[in-house]
Amino acid sequence: MMRLAALFMLLPALLLVPGGEAHAQAARNAPRGPVPADAPLITDLSSHLIAITSSFTGTELLLFGAIDEPGEVIVVVRGPTSTSVVRRKRQTLGLWLTRRSESFDGVPAYYAVASTRPLAEIAPPSLLQRLQIGANTLRFRYIGRRNPDEVSEFRTAIVRQKTREGLYRDNTGGVDFLGPKLFRTAISFPATVPVGTYQTEIYLVRDDRIVAAQSTPLFIDKQGIEQEVFDFSRHEPAVYGLVAVLLAAIAGWLAAVAFRRG
Amino acid sequence: MQIYLPIAELSVSVWLLLGLGGAVGYLSGLFGVGGGFLLTPLLIFIGVPPPVAVATSANQVVAASVSAVYAHWRKSNVDFKMGTVLLVGGLIGSSFGAYLFSVLKRIGHLDAVIALSYVTILGVIGALMLTESLHALRRKPNGGQPVKRRKRLHDHPVIRALPFKMRFRKSQLYISALMPLSLGVLVGILAAIMGVGAGFLLVPAMIYLLGMPTAVVVGTSLFQIIFVTANVTMLHAITTQTVDVTLALLLLVGSVIGAQYGVRHGAHLRGEQVRGLLAALVLAVAIALAFELVLTPDDLYSLEAGGPR
Repeated sequence: MMRLAALFMLLPALLLVPGGEAHAQAARNAPRGPVPADAPLITDLSSHLIAITSSFTGTELLLFGAIDEPGEVIVVVRGPTSTSVVRRKRQTLGLWLTRRSESFDGVPAYYAVASTRPLAEIAPPSLLQRLQIGANTLRFRYIGRRNPDEVSEFRTAIVRQKTREGLYRDNTGGVDFLGPKLFRTAISFPATVPVGTYQTEIYLVRDDRIVAAQSTPLFIDKQGIEQEVFDFSRHEPAVYGLVAVLLAAIAGWLAAVAFRRG
Repeated sequence: MQIYLPIAELSVSVWLLLGLGGAVGYLSGLFGVGGGFLLTPLLIFIGVPPPVAVATSANQVVAASVSAVYAHWRKSNVDFKMGTVLLVGGLIGSSFGAYLFSVLKRIGHLDAVIALSYVTILGVIGALMLTESLHALRRKPNGGQPVKRRKRLHDHPVIRALPFKMRFRKSQLYISALMPLSLGVLVGILAAIMGVGAGFLLVPAMIYLLGMPTAVVVGTSLFQIIFVTANVTMLHAITTQTVDVTLALLLLVGSVIGAQYGVRHGAHLRGEQVRGLLAALVLAVAIALAFELVLTPDDLYSLEAGGPR
């Protein structure tokens, strides 16, 4: 129980750290690795590595765990962040053309949230905002000179577009309890999921407060021939281009010769 | 069966790609064009990011052209001298075009420029060809009056006065090298931006602007298209890194098989019919793309797609 008490005291302090790094710090400080049997929250993923091979069509991971005290569970998976450019079309001379674009930093390539019940019923908005739980709480940093209020439509467009692409997933209500202690949820990744280091965060919430939190990394990587082709195209672009042209020329010539005989 | 494309970063059915390559190959065998103008929009339609679609189409047109030139070369229908002059222009044009491509990609107007050049060029060429072939088809039934000899541009006094005269024996021409050179530059720019060999543009231009005999035109245009699209592929591999070899190979397998059936079936059709069908196809693509520009999009906002991460 000592550990629990320490967590109680530690967590709120950590969560109050200003800025977007709060959740990451909380996650880093949350217990991980071999957890004592009396820990309030124990979780694991069915796999910590997703390999993108030639037959990759998207995949599903199973996250499962056990809680030692009552509460609601929230699962968040964040992909690597990067700069995103949003373009807006405007009708010009009767044609829909891109007229304006805005850039945002800190946009996760992938973001999924799952929970036992709707987020609003589990935790207060301030908590969700602070930990960036739920796609609409994500804080993208605007890069540009305009008034931040002017670009809010561009922000919501990112979430809308990513959701449409299946890269932002809302699975509230998707964490199922098997009995009083065991829970599980499935996390889906589409075929277009970007490679990188992902972070899985699991929160146990009771009475509008985080009772326990855990964080575990997840790696998504291209493997085998996919990785080699991709690396080749990036590290030796000139040789890659030459090989592409030669392959095409040889294939075309072979086809012509083969069909002349046939 | 699905396959993951390493550069396009998406998963597509192998059979869809083979079928797509086969269909485009069939049409190119039937009509004697590279088929890039069909392939690029089709690839974009199935979800390939536009820059990858353009660069990869160029790569696949290399294969289609090599395959077709071989047959023409055996019939001795390639004017290598004319092809080389066109090629020099084409290399200048495609280098400039690839530079333009990366600038437009940075500014963010790439999609609009690709769409607009497609609609305009396909629309104009399609309309001109359709009118010409419909006239030819209508003439046929009533006995076939002799076709009026068209006043060709290369006969124009200003064109005749241009310097750097060159003799092209196979094309039976003695004209200024500036003519094929500038035609090559123009086609090269289009090839780089649109990811097409621009054979559908080059062939009529060689007939009507340069006055080359039709028999030599197709082989010669294909000869120069090989090198222009090879150059485009190289430049894209280096500057935008959007050539997807896996995608190109799958399209290629389908297209070389489809092309052979196209050639076989094409032999049963009359020249005007072939041109009329091609014109209708070109126009249909232009209209479909024009609709996309005119109709209100579902979402006015879009995220930058593809490219190196």
